[in-house]
Amino acid sequence: MSKSPNILIPAMGGTALVLGLAFGISSREYGAAKIDSLETRVAQVEAHASSAGQKAKSEAARAAALEAQIAEVQAAAAANPKTLTMPAPQSDGAYGLGRSALAEEIAAWDVDVLPDGRGLPEGSGDAFDGEEVFADKCASCHGDFAEGVDNWPVLAGGFDTLADKDPVKTVGSYWPYLSTVWDYIHRSMPFGEAGTLTADETYAIVAYILYSNDLVEDDFVLSHENFAAFDMHNKGGFVVDDRPELEYASWRAEPCMSDCKGEVKVTMRSVFLVETPEVGTVSVMNHGTLDGVPSFTADGPSFIPVSTSPAPQAEPEPATQPVPKPVEAAASPGEDALVAAGEKVFKKCKACHQVGAGAKNRSGPQLNGLIGRTMGSVDGFRYSKVFAQALEEGRVWDEESLVAFLTKPKTYMKGTKMSFAGLKKDADLDAITAYLKSVGE
Amino acid sequence: MDEMFKPSRRAFLRGSAAVAAGTVAGGAAAQVPDPLITELQDWASYTGAGVDETPYGMPISYESHVIRRNVEWLTASPISSINFTPIHALEGTITPQGCAFERHHSGAIELRKEDYRLMINGLVEKPLVFTYEDLERFPRENHVYFCECAANTGMEWAGAQLNGAQFTHGMIHNMEYTGVPLRTLLVEAGADLDQDKWVYVEGADASSNGRSIPMEKALDDVLVAFKANGEALRMEHGYPVRLVVPGWEGNMWVKWLRRIEVVDRAVESREETSKYTDVYEDGTARKWTWVMDAKSVITSPSPQMPIPHGPGPLVISGLAWSGHGQITRVDVSRDGGITWETARLGKQGDTKALTRFYLDINWDGAPMLLQARAMDETGYVQPTKSQLRAQRGENAVYHNNCIQTWYVNEKGVAENVEVS
Repeated sequence: MSKSPNILIPAMGGTALVLGLAFGISSREYGAAKIDSLETRVAQVEAHASSAGQKAKSEAARAAALEAQIAEVQAAAAANPKTLTMPAPQSDGAYGLGRSALAEEIAAWDVDVLPDGRGLPEGSGDAFDGEEVFADKCASCHGDFAEGVDNWPVLAGGFDTLADKDPVKTVGSYWPYLSTVWDYIHRSMPFGEAGTLTADETYAIVAYILYSNDLVEDDFVLSHENFAAFDMHNKGGFVVDDRPELEYASWRAEPCMSDCKGEVKVTMRSVFLVETPEVGTVSVMNHGTLDGVPSFTADGPSFIPVSTSPAPQAEPEPATQPVPKPVEAAASPGEDALVAAGEKVFKKCKACHQVGAGAKNRSGPQLNGLIGRTMGSVDGFRYSKVFAQALEEGRVWDEESLVAFLTKPKTYMKGTKMSFAGLKKDADLDAITAYLKSVGE
Repeated sequence: MDEMFKPSRRAFLRGSAAVAAGTVAGGAAAQVPDPLITELQDWASYTGAGVDETPYGMPISYESHVIRRNVEWLTASPISSINFTPIHALEGTITPQGCAFERHHSGAIELRKEDYRLMINGLVEKPLVFTYEDLERFPRENHVYFCECAANTGMEWAGAQLNGAQFTHGMIHNMEYTGVPLRTLLVEAGADLDQDKWVYVEGADASSNGRSIPMEKALDDVLVAFKANGEALRMEHGYPVRLVVPGWEGNMWVKWLRRIEVVDRAVESREETSKYTDVYEDGTARKWTWVMDAKSVITSPSPQMPIPHGPGPLVISGLAWSGHGQITRVDVSRDGGITWETARLGKQGDTKALTRFYLDINWDGAPMLLQARAMDETGYVQPTKSQLRAQRGENAVYHNNCIQTWYVNEKGVAENVEVS
């Protein structure tokens, strides 16, 4: 496109029109937006003026006039701060929305416990009873002695490690308030069965955790009465955010732009290379060394490729085969609804068990192809004694045994580590059975 | 051609083949007529998909690699875990909900709007219960904010660990929220608004995640949000209602918000004592570290986004954000911090929201040590890893906002590294 001086004529007309509009609307934001576009236009005018010989003078004058008008618009906008964009209006509580919360409702939900013990219900429990409840409901993840299984949290020990590299932050070594322990266990534990512990069970578990940290004797009774008096080991171990004093004060400075360092070397390469297949990730160790990695100075990298032309062409590799989609075992159409219902019931199990493609052992064994599988036979899973015995006896999971087990796990398999109370409804039992049947190997 | 955009290591190894393909497609001097142009293509002849074939549209299959990913061994169970936003493959600033990172403490729950209740109690004149419908009757606001997990980049305290911007910096998303100011609900209940009071917020899921927020912040810009990017929140982000705590660590953005309690002190819940606190070298710990300091990262080139072409025009693209307000400037270094150039901001940064920056260069094909350094409206300058370690030691987990380095070699392959 060639630049013709005539192009500017409609542009100037448009500018005048815009100016008129800007005057007409006394909104600061609207005015500001228009000022931006006017400034762009003025820039165009000025650019053109410099290159358009004869017309330069008159257009420069025109530009000056526009600038004066812009100043006028800005002044008008500043004089009238009313804007059409505003935050939501604030009221004095007159909306009258919502309804009064009833005392029973507040009691049901307002169960948090404060460090001074406010919020605790009446009750008590000792470490001795706590050990039993803990073994039943907590040990499958946290270990019999609160030492933690796999990646699950360690609850005991770690004293005097907080200043070490990799501190061990447990309830005993790190948690500053006992109220936090009680509150969290009562509301959020056991994982997958939150909110099912009674007040006495919670007191007992907390007492046992203190015992496992060697903070009390096994006959120690914790209750709402002696609770607030118990000081945790790390109570004084916390300071409130001090970044403003320690960091912000010195890190708010104009940064260096050139010759900020002498030589820069790579000191460490990524430990893992994370591959990203169609789904998920695969982490592999990076075997790259620092050999051959260039260092840098203000003159550039120590290694500069000989030629700056594009890299030599390599033989193109044949296209890779598309990754096959995981095959899902199909259920017969009539059972679809039941299987879907079973998948929902399975939410109760998901905290510990996986099924489907790529299912792995977690706190519980993976459940692919469960029906027809020998009990206690999943490789790499540490079963309880009762399941090890079932394996020896060659007992096989069928629908009947599964339903019996899931109805009352601890009765059917006495000694199982599975901390699940059982399914009460026949419909749920049918559904979960159908679902587990639908998930093949 | 598809292959070269697939961010797998195999694709990296094929880097030179990809360069060759790129040259043919992008080069000015094609030797052979391009059949994509000279031959009639199927899509130019046959008809395509009709309307309603996908009532709710998903990204085209060619983009199926742009997804959230987790790193399995990081946590004990996917129910209480985190995954990462594919920030390396996104542009602009808004994160689509479907690939915005998830962090659950007891899994994402399905809670119907009809079953939703929000209670406000404690130091209030009128303890109230709101339904979802009630919330939609209060005056509402729209704001774009970033939500960053305090543990974002946490792995990297120990050194260069995970190879990809998605994994080092992907615990972040940025959405336009629609919601009611928390202030409005506090006033509605006649809450004690004294500055020494606290607001304890709690979720409806099994983890019952709860955090204490000082009254000053609660009255400032906290939103009780029910929409993101124009549509309902996704289940994994707290449908139907979540809290938005602008500029503050993601754990405080309580999902499935069910209760707001006005209290006279911090509750000292699990997530504000045993977690989301950092241990110094002397064994004392820092708590109540709510604000996310200024931070930036180059998203492309990056380990999952190698340079697919040879020397010549190259767009260096990245993200910057600050919990203290607007990003005012981002500098980029190509030599590991010796020399810095000020980058171009995609647009004026919104307060406490992601800002996109660019450095448009003519790459000479020489290796680079790419870094970005953000500055916010308070004048705060994003620190180096050495500065952070000197100040906090190496036992920290959270709030790592260090300058990130990507080593880009002469083939355009990028790797997460640490530099002197």
